[in-house]
Amino acid sequence: MTTTSTVPRQTVKPPAVHRSFVERWLARIFLAPTVLGMALFTFLPIIASLVLAFFRWDIISAPQFVGLDNFAVLAQDPTVRVSFLNTIVFVVVAVILQLGIALGLASMLQARMPSWLRVFLRSTFFFPLVLSAASVSIFMRYMFNEQFGVVNWLLSLVGIPAVPWLTSPTASAAVVVLVYVWQNFGFSFLLFLGALTNIPKELHEAANLDGATGWKQFSNVTLPLISPTVLVASVMAIISALQVFDQPYVLTNGGPGDSTRTAVMVIFESAFQQLEFGKASAIGLVLTVLILAVTALQFRLSRRFVFYQ
Amino acid sequence: MSSQTLQTGTGKHSGSTTDTPATPKPRRVRRLPAAGTVGRYAALAVAAALTLGPVLWTLSTSLRTPSESFNLPPSFLPINPDFTAYQEVFKQINVGLLVLNSALVTGLIAFGQMASATLAGYAFARLDFRGKNAIFSLVLATMMVPVQVTIVPVFMLIRGMGLSDTLLALILPAIPTAFGTFLMRQYFLGLPNDFAEAAALDGAGPWRIFRSVYVPLAVPGMAIVGILAFNFHWNEFFRPLILTISEQNFTLPLGLVTLQGNLGTGSISVVLAGVILSMLPALVVFIFGQRTLREGLTAGASK
Repeated sequence: MTTTSTVPRQTVKPPAVHRSFVERWLARIFLAPTVLGMALFTFLPIIASLVLAFFRWDIISAPQFVGLDNFAVLAQDPTVRVSFLNTIVFVVVAVILQLGIALGLASMLQARMPSWLRVFLRSTFFFPLVLSAASVSIFMRYMFNEQFGVVNWLLSLVGIPAVPWLTSPTASAAVVVLVYVWQNFGFSFLLFLGALTNIPKELHEAANLDGATGWKQFSNVTLPLISPTVLVASVMAIISALQVFDQPYVLTNGGPGDSTRTAVMVIFESAFQQLEFGKASAIGLVLTVLILAVTALQFRLSRRFVFYQ
Repeated sequence: MSSQTLQTGTGKHSGSTTDTPATPKPRRVRRLPAAGTVGRYAALAVAAALTLGPVLWTLSTSLRTPSESFNLPPSFLPINPDFTAYQEVFKQINVGLLVLNSALVTGLIAFGQMASATLAGYAFARLDFRGKNAIFSLVLATMMVPVQVTIVPVFMLIRGMGLSDTLLALILPAIPTAFGTFLMRQYFLGLPNDFAEAAALDGAGPWRIFRSVYVPLAVPGMAIVGILAFNFHWNEFFRPLILTISEQNFTLPLGLVTLQGNLGTGSISVVLAGVILSMLPALVVFIFGQRTLREGLTAGASK
């Protein structure tokens, strides 16, 4: 039975040419929703943005070619300049805090502890990620209120006078960073937790025998082993911090003055409040170039500094 | 307990062999963990309190009467929970409509992403066609384009399509997903080839192999795509802010900001009740899909 059936089956199997023809068409149909969707909603818009950046256009009147004027605005317009500076300062501070907190907490969770506690802490640190940045910013806005906010009340308990969190330029920038980091450190934390858990136990035991403990062990054994994750986590944190919008928009709306205005907020305001679509596109392109530069840097650094096992 | 006995044991041992270089070692082992453990637990407790505190404060304040909501010190445990703030939310904004809009938008995006990413991921993983690698690279490249760069042209495109200020304006552009496609491709690559060969020997064509063999096996991967899409788009603020104009098309995050605007600083508890209401679905997804969500979030980092 079996011997007779295998022979005809192999002849029944469609010839290779026919198969690949069917597969080709099936592949085209399968790819159509994704590829056509991306062509329409990503690639076409990118090209449109590239073109728009050289025009002045308010939708109502005809677009007017202005060459590099929209890019010159980036250097001249104080609001745009400040917003980029703010964004860069924000990225540096927020990313360092986010990675530091995440790495610290993730390595503390490696210590011996009851597993229910580990699960509880892991869930706790990861929880803010599932909340919306808008609602987090709303309740944080009340917590940081100068008169009736719970933060100033807590500070008053230890004798610190009320801080005008949302009305002083420096303090409001700090609040935006704190709220952003509060919500996002869990992501880096999860990445580090995974990387740390994957380190073979023998390596730490061996280092222990060689007398390396505490910080020495961390910097000489742990850190090199998780360096690929540190790099990926920092690049992902930088890319998402470069695009910060929800928190400053809801917390401070860019103020006081321009102290918390970020690049994306200026894109939003130029396009949908001032109807300067060309300027918005130009700012967007500069931001994209920044993001691409960070990604390119990741590839270069990973060749030089990252230790792969 | 057991470590303690072990340490005293080594201590005795080092005491008997006086002034050998081995003596400092056990001491360090004995002291550092003790100080370290206390410090570690203290740091973890502070971190957990700082993470959960704001959410608990939000919950407890939402359960106070509007007039009490400003009171300091804040009582973290409302003795007499008061639900008037929640009733007030329903009066101030059309919660039902906002939830419906959010659910519709999020649900359709999640479903659309699961379907399109499964199809495309399968094509990239298991079908042969010309230009496969080039097209796949292009798809992946879109992950690096921030939404802010494309939003102006997308806004115009949506206007041109006559979809201005509709829920479809939020749904359609969000369905093609580079990350989801990448995830499903990885998922299909991880499934063994033997099933396909066996099915082909039984005379199944490429479509049958996909439909009857691989789709059922891909359900866990699809769940990751769906849950990630849900979490992201339920909380999305930037695109709805731009693409919807009238309040009847608002999603929950926008509705909350409006609620805050309506009231100014009139009553915290009402706004916070709204915040808590909007968190509930995310909380349910978190509780039931925590593992899936975690796997999905970290999958992107370990390419």
